Amino acid sequence: MSQVSEISLFAKRKKIYQKRVWGKYRKIKWLILMCTLGIYYLCPWIRWDRGINAPDQAILIDMLNRRAYFFFIDIWPQEVYFLVGILIFCALLLFLFTSLLGRVWCGYCCPQTVWTDLFIWVERIFQGDRNTRMRRDKFPYNFSTIWRKSFTHIVWLLISLITGGAWVFYFNDAPTLFDQIINFDVPRTVLGWVLALTFSTYFMAGFAREQVCTYVCPYSRFQSAMFDKDTLIVNYDTKRGEPRGKHKQGDSWIGRGHCIDCSACVQVCHMGIDIRNGLQMECIACSLCIDACNNVMNKLNLPKGLIHYSTHNQIGSSIKGNNTINIWRPRTFYYITILSIIAIIILYGFITRPLLELHVLHDRNPLFVTMSDGTIRNGYDIKILNKTYEDKKYTLVVSGIENTEIEIKGPGNIEADDLSVFANSVAHFRVFAFAKRTELSRRKITFFIQEHNASFFDVSESIFISDRNK
Amino acid sequence: MNLKNQKKDIDKITGIETTGLEWDGLKELNNPLPKWWATIFFISCIWALIYWVIYPSWPIIFGEGERGGTIGVIEWTQYNKLEEDIKKIKEIKKEYMEEFRESSYEEIFENEKIYAFSVAGGESSFKNYCATCHGIGGGGKMSYPNLNDDDWIWGGSLEEIEKTIKYGIRADHEESSSSEMPSFRDAFTEEQIEELARYILIINDNESDTIPIAELFRESCGMCHSDDGSGNKEVGGPNIVDNIWLHSSGDMNGITNQIKQPKHGIMPAWIERLDEDTIRQLTVYVYSLGGGE
Repeated sequence: MSQVSEISLFAKRKKIYQKRVWGKYRKIKWLILMCTLGIYYLCPWIRWDRGINAPDQAILIDMLNRRAYFFFIDIWPQEVYFLVGILIFCALLLFLFTSLLGRVWCGYCCPQTVWTDLFIWVERIFQGDRNTRMRRDKFPYNFSTIWRKSFTHIVWLLISLITGGAWVFYFNDAPTLFDQIINFDVPRTVLGWVLALTFSTYFMAGFAREQVCTYVCPYSRFQSAMFDKDTLIVNYDTKRGEPRGKHKQGDSWIGRGHCIDCSACVQVCHMGIDIRNGLQMECIACSLCIDACNNVMNKLNLPKGLIHYSTHNQIGSSIKGNNTINIWRPRTFYYITILSIIAIIILYGFITRPLLELHVLHDRNPLFVTMSDGTIRNGYDIKILNKTYEDKKYTLVVSGIENTEIEIKGPGNIEADDLSVFANSVAHFRVFAFAKRTELSRRKITFFIQEHNASFFDVSESIFISDRNK
Repeated sequence: MNLKNQKKDIDKITGIETTGLEWDGLKELNNPLPKWWATIFFISCIWALIYWVIYPSWPIIFGEGERGGTIGVIEWTQYNKLEEDIKKIKEIKKEYMEEFRESSYEEIFENEKIYAFSVAGGESSFKNYCATCHGIGGGGKMSYPNLNDDDWIWGGSLEEIEKTIKYGIRADHEESSSSEMPSFRDAFTEEQIEELARYILIINDNESDTIPIAELFRESCGMCHSDDGSGNKEVGGPNIVDNIWLHSSGDMNGITNQIKQPKHGIMPAWIERLDEDTIRQLTVYVYSLGGGE
């Protein structure tokens, strides 16, 4: 059989018209959608009291002042390893979940899935369900179609705008920024981000949709590496379903499969695939086909679960009646071990995180200075990091070399036993240390800093350089 | 390549449509690009064309273009952007500068903000104008004074430092400070010179208060270097008992050479080359290095 047709070098996207479905998994999906969106939109508004010297927003990434706040944690730029650690932890947690439960992240929690779900819901409210929408896409549009389509896009854009709008609250004090937005007095960077995120949300959830998962997302590509025969997947029971065919009420089920080829599973699929063809790379395991098929099975008075969650091993051993999932595999064991190690490291880091740090940098040019009375002077730049939320005073002492004197150089008369550092900030001081010349050209010197009336201290080692005694 | 109106040919093994082209029995499979990808590609091409028109992009070898290239219609260039940015920074600097101008040295040393501004400005100018001789950190080298220590030939107070920067030392300026050590090659015998040099070495190393004053030293050197050798800033006579040396490393040979045939350094006067603000900033910076005396 051959037909004359134009050969195209470009594959056209087949638009997917998702049919509405109701069931257990759909309910879970709506619940998770509400939770995740709620977290996203409301988190910046949670307050967390840190005193007058720090912002009272629970989650805030303060780019201008180089601080990241997360409830009781705050991260300075030089402590970015905490952030890296948390990200590695989250990534491994995702890997563990994927190896156990398959693509649960993709099917339920991924922003792409959540916002696409929301957009499809809006689309359905205005333009009707699958069949109506298919009809409305045929030219010419009548008036009803035109206003319904327009309103869909308007609402999409509004949702996108709120999405982009909520994002910037994570980087600015939410109430202040909200006031600015109301008064149309928004900084240009903020406006740029809002617009960029509005557009990307509108485009990703409104148009790109399943193509993001199929073509763009790297995670959906490499997660097959975490799959094995004990990973939960959405599965069509071939043994029970085949041979499929149309079924009239009253007909016998003997000699045929339970699948009546109603294509309900295909119609509800967000990815536009037929789950009966087996596990496919497009499948994000959203389990809407399970709901759709169960509803049909209910009507036919057949047991549920023609399409169901199962593992590859369960399918193979279903004859023996073995339905247990093998959780303890080397893979899960490795993930859990690495996760625990990382969690311990991060926790240890947070618990032992110093609230006071002293950094000392020895002068490079000149390395040392000889004074008229024969003493040697070395210059140091010292930085005191006060990570508490209160203004503090410190005493600086040096040790390691006999009869060392220190002098703080700078505007005003600052004494070494009265160094003040503002809350949540770094102070810089020039320090001169004076000592007698000896046979050693390079000696160790220790800087010690102690908070007034408190036990906080920090120690930093440096060097003292001089020429040798002649 | 005419792809139209050809029979649709399906490859038997893969089940994928071919482009219909055949080379020695080999056929090309048609795995089409996703349309969205192609669309983005073409949009990018169009954007490139727009970019060429709007921004400077093409080099011109023989042309009148801005620095050898096409000028975009909105006339944006990196050079203009740089000028704008410099203008902005100057605007910010102006505020500080005004406050700096109105402050005396005393006030600068009480104002943390203006002090930091002066030191930063002075450091930058120092690296431009002074570091050639005095070194990047003001550490000096042979024949060029170290500005970090407390040995100042012409005085280390803020006013004295400013005067030295302005008019220089032995410079071509009427207010320039100047001193000249005469050569004692003919006035003394070799032995006397050697004795003097040894004496200078002794008083440098002797830390007790009872420095024996050699008659010869007092008579011939005391005028400028003072009787105890601690120098005289009025006439620019260096301190020669603090073991800090300018024209030698302080050994016997270096000292005798200096007595026989003295070396003199020249520091240019900067008053005509630098403006008042820069000189004052430099003064604060140099003072901050070691704190004068």
